[in-house]
Amino acid sequence: MIQALNSALDVMMARDPDVLTFGEDVGYFGGVFRVTEGLQQRYGATRCFDAPISEAGLVAAAIGMGAYGLRPVVEIQFADYIYPAFDQIVSEAARLRYRSAGEFTSPITIRTPYGGGIYGGQTHSQSPEALFAHVAGLKVVIPSTPHDAKGLLIAAIEEDDPVIFLEPKRIYNGPFDGHHDRPIEPWSRHPAGETPEGYYRIPLGQAAIVRSGSAVTVLAYGTMVHVALAAALESGIDAEILDLRTIWPVDIEAIVASVKKTGRCVIVHEATRTSGFGAELAALVQEHCFYHLEAPIARVTGWDTPYPHVFEWEYFPGPARVGAALRRVLEG
Amino acid sequence: MRFATDPFGRKSNLPAAHRRNSKPLSLRVPAPKFRPGDTPDFSGLNLSAPGAAARPEIDAPAASMRALAFDLIRVLDANGQAVGPWDPRLDVETLKRGLKAMQLTRAYDDRMFRAQRQGKTSFYMKCTGEEAVAVAQTLALHADDMTFPTYRQQGILITRDYPLVDMMNQIYSNAKDPMLGRQLPVMYATREYGFFSISGNLATQFSQAVGWAMASAYKGDDRICAAWIGDGSTAEGDFHHALNFASVYRAPVLLNIVNNQWAISSFAGLSAGDGETFAARAIGYGLPALRVDGNDFLAVYAATHWAAERARANLGATVIELFTYRAEGHSTSDDPSKYRPKDEAQAWPLGDPIARLAQHLMALGTWSPADQAALEKACEVQVRTAQKQAEANGVLGSGQRPSPASMFEGVYKEQPWHILRQRQESGV
Repeated sequence: MIQALNSALDVMMARDPDVLTFGEDVGYFGGVFRVTEGLQQRYGATRCFDAPISEAGLVAAAIGMGAYGLRPVVEIQFADYIYPAFDQIVSEAARLRYRSAGEFTSPITIRTPYGGGIYGGQTHSQSPEALFAHVAGLKVVIPSTPHDAKGLLIAAIEEDDPVIFLEPKRIYNGPFDGHHDRPIEPWSRHPAGETPEGYYRIPLGQAAIVRSGSAVTVLAYGTMVHVALAAALESGIDAEILDLRTIWPVDIEAIVASVKKTGRCVIVHEATRTSGFGAELAALVQEHCFYHLEAPIARVTGWDTPYPHVFEWEYFPGPARVGAALRRVLEG
Repeated sequence: MRFATDPFGRKSNLPAAHRRNSKPLSLRVPAPKFRPGDTPDFSGLNLSAPGAAARPEIDAPAASMRALAFDLIRVLDANGQAVGPWDPRLDVETLKRGLKAMQLTRAYDDRMFRAQRQGKTSFYMKCTGEEAVAVAQTLALHADDMTFPTYRQQGILITRDYPLVDMMNQIYSNAKDPMLGRQLPVMYATREYGFFSISGNLATQFSQAVGWAMASAYKGDDRICAAWIGDGSTAEGDFHHALNFASVYRAPVLLNIVNNQWAISSFAGLSAGDGETFAARAIGYGLPALRVDGNDFLAVYAATHWAAERARANLGATVIELFTYRAEGHSTSDDPSKYRPKDEAQAWPLGDPIARLAQHLMALGTWSPADQAALEKACEVQVRTAQKQAEANGVLGSGQRPSPASMFEGVYKEQPWHILRQRQESGV
């Protein structure tokens, strides 16, 4: 997935001289996860450069550049570090178009690795997507495969509105299904590990059915797509798994069509449960599909605690917990 | 062994001998020297004599001019004469243009403040006593340079001849409001006039301006950028991010701190230690700093022009502290007599910027008290005429306003499904 993201940036920087990227350690070094590797050599130090350890400062700089007319892509080294920039994102980037009646806009992309499963402890593991999905004016994108990551990042950079692009870092190097005690699976053996050369885009706001089924709908995104697939396989339940890909604005039509078909719904995310994005999904399913539901909607999520270092695998909503939820809603 | 007790009377686990302070620590909470009922006395202010501050070359290293962060650049003396190396030697036409823009700003403020009191709008903010800041600085910039203002630089729009009627339409949130009724009054935005959208969140524009300037440099453009911030909001992180980024990337930006002594009811000592200047903040970032008499039109113009030339020469950012005084309340929502002496503005030793520029023109023999009276009258008439036109488009509460359905537009470039459904649900 790292190479796919790198390729998306490469493609867009080659196509559009107004695309530039910066962040902590992204320039000469190429980023701590190597997503910007080689870009400074290819495009020069003014198009891919290092920024001070100042998330609020670098997002503000991106907003100013966007107001000028550029399309900056900034990297926040870990999503856990995004909070100093929260005011600039929520009060400024998100509302600039609205508050200025279109005089100024924020065509900026904020990329950031997120989620756990890497023994990162509470400052390198968080999943803050609900905080951004809650904000009017932002789009929130979370890819689950290299193929999608490239097409979605290209679409995000081309967006004229600000996009929070969350990269599930546990699946940077392979489709992790939650079985942390098994050997790491590389992307090379996964069908969506292949990324086409050159330019292609996956429109924002479109979910993908990654497994068709009739018994129950699973709504997932990011790493949890792979966990849900493993749970379906291991439980033998004919689940239909939707990869939301863009969590906001979410693909409501795909969700409604699937839940109306299956009559049951399990929502999976790694973030903490209370007021998590799953609560919004559950409300939407209830509003749109109530008379088709045959069982209460279930949520499988991280627990409402900070991300605990040594208890990572008790915290992480793995395939066993997802499988249990699938069985529960089928019994209900 | 004897054990100490803490201030709550709890026994400490340290022996008494470990409490080594000769007396207990005490917390200092700063307070202004004068409160309501006191007689303001500004004789202790550190004011350089007019003409005394040195004027370095624009390419002088920042480290060689640190004194300018503590001196005060002043050009106009007590008799209205321009003195010293910072005299910008402006032609009379420019001086008169500046005087007119300042007078028009003041007349506009007076009418809009009154309109709020008459219930025609919810809110207003004046810049009385600070008109030289926006007006002289705008004149010292090019017309296409970008500005990232606070809510007290309406003088930029007036100096750039943005229509008064459009400003008022915004104040009234009426049918012709350029901001479509979405923004609190005074939060203007116009790309055409190089005036960034004002945020009610303080200080955020300061670091955004640096990004704009970086973009201009990245594109090899020749436009520079200026940003403003108040003394109070220099305490926000964004102020420091701006100075750091401006310094690191040598951005072509003017970082202006309008020190008008008051942030609502908080005195300037609450955002910088007593005795510190705000300009001195720049020194640690390696940026040149100029501390300027903000009520001296010529000094403000000269300092701004110097910093703009420096930025245009690719020599980076300058921090300018405009030392002035907020002669009226923070906004229509506060009563300054509740937290400072009533006559403090009159006691302010640096006078009024309009009166001082008029005095200078009189000293040059090109202006008279009759000319000044005529200008005041003309500005008042111009504002009243615009006000009539704006009020024909409606005032707040009159029902003449943008379509309520427009409330749901512009959140994104294209309206997503959920907002469309919410509009349908709202029935508008």
